[in-house]
Amino acid sequence: MSQRLRFSLQLGFTLLVCLFMIVPIAMSVMAGLTENYFQGLQSGLTLRWVSEVWALYSDTIWLSIKLAMACLVITTLIGVPAAYGLLRSRHRIAHAIEELLLLPVAVPGLATALALLLVYGSYREFRASWLFILIGHVLFTLPFMVRAVHSVMHTARLPLLEEAASSLGASPWQRFFGVVVPNCASGILAGALMVVTLSIGEFNITWMLHTPLTKTLPVGLADSYASMRLEVGSAYTLVFLLMIVPLLVMIQWAGKLTGPRR
Amino acid sequence: MSATLKQPFGAAFFDRHRCASHRAKLTTLIALVPALTLFAAFWLLPFSRLLLMGAEADRSSGVSAYLTLLTHRQYLISLATTVTLSLAVSVAAVAIAGFAGFFLARHRFAGQSLLVAILTFPLAFPGVVVGFLVIMLGGRQGALAQTSLWLFGERWVFAYSLFGLFIGYLYFSIPRVITTVMAACDNLDQSLEEAARSLGASHWRVMRDVIIPGIAPALLSTGAICFATSMGAFGTAFTLGTRLPILPLNIYGEFTNYANFAMAAALSVVLGLITWAALALARKLASNALGASV
Repeated sequence: MSQRLRFSLQLGFTLLVCLFMIVPIAMSVMAGLTENYFQGLQSGLTLRWVSEVWALYSDTIWLSIKLAMACLVITTLIGVPAAYGLLRSRHRIAHAIEELLLLPVAVPGLATALALLLVYGSYREFRASWLFILIGHVLFTLPFMVRAVHSVMHTARLPLLEEAASSLGASPWQRFFGVVVPNCASGILAGALMVVTLSIGEFNITWMLHTPLTKTLPVGLADSYASMRLEVGSAYTLVFLLMIVPLLVMIQWAGKLTGPRR
Repeated sequence: MSATLKQPFGAAFFDRHRCASHRAKLTTLIALVPALTLFAAFWLLPFSRLLLMGAEADRSSGVSAYLTLLTHRQYLISLATTVTLSLAVSVAAVAIAGFAGFFLARHRFAGQSLLVAILTFPLAFPGVVVGFLVIMLGGRQGALAQTSLWLFGERWVFAYSLFGLFIGYLYFSIPRVITTVMAACDNLDQSLEEAARSLGASHWRVMRDVIIPGIAPALLSTGAICFATSMGAFGTAFTLGTRLPILPLNIYGEFTNYANFAMAAALSVVLGLITWAALALARKLASNALGASV
């Protein structure tokens, strides 16, 4: 087989895989913007469905943003110290703790949600508030923050810097905020983007924990797929994509910033 | 220097050192406490209750739900179907995306980074969205139905079947495999390939004897992640049809339709054990693999 032919065949195959990934997205975007999907494009382009989605579901979008921000604050406040603690612990202990914190990711969201309902579901006020969902999101996203910060701390030669700071008389508190945090800023950024993206897209835990008054964006999406016309579901998906794609672009960019050079 | 002179100095030094190490240990502990408290209160305690709940009597059989799960055909068939489907998806995803990922890692051409972007962006789509995209492809108004209507005068629909699930799971698995394979190929020593080639090995020989063994741990690891993700995927299955014999849908059904909490708990624990074991294997093979459910 000649070099050229082989290249073309491989490229052709890769293009087919790309088509499989992109065609349904393109169809969904088109469906969300056409007047009548069953008649096709000749029925005309419109923003009618997008505005209908906004009227019906804007509160799910706001709740998702609120949850993601709260989740980000908590995972940062808890996760950065935890990564620091892992760095200073003995290797085996650190490994065991990391394995534990990873359990809510390793076990399906349904199981985590059922367990939460079992123990805390009877506290009516808590159960009905958005904080109940927040707990699930924090459990699910925390390992990603810890992992991102921990790996940057590893490469930043923190023990050396800290020793220098401490020999100059810095207290643990001063060392943490003056040396540790600034030196793992890129890890915090990468972790933060991961946390926000995952929280906005989280469905499995949220579906079990939500109430009619605490619907998030993905819960609303499932709702619209089941009960609304195809155009509305598509327009809603489009809104979701517009929120998530910039985050994904930023994650890639942050990955290039912190990750190994290619 | 005499011993009497050395000792007080040594003791003082030792004291100060011990004090510092105590403080350091305390700092470490304080840093870890919030995360561990949250984990213990909201995951460990609830999950332990779930474990115990699974041992309680099943609503229909009256014996322990774990036992019922192991003795009733319906649950065993679900378990077998879910495992088979997830294995099939993992193998297909590793084969397809492994091939495409290797090609993209080894060639630079105009538009290459666009292709990489297309193949990796769907990584963060939630399962519900992937389910909807399968409807776009194979639903009653989907791409296939429209094409087959035009060509053969009938609608071909696959979205609401196990094959629809297969396509959906493949969709969210491909980006995972692509990113892992591309990273593994970058880390592979290219001089080995060149050496093999200069010794006269054909393209396929190089692939079989150098590249695949070289990236085998990455392939296995990413395959295990795909398997775990597919086992636990609820969103996609929920969008495509709640009547399919799949463990996550069984759990949801037992919980919401039959209020059979013991069985829902038992099924969750078994499913959790399987996905946890698969992900632990993946992490053993490639230390930076984390995995996430959809």
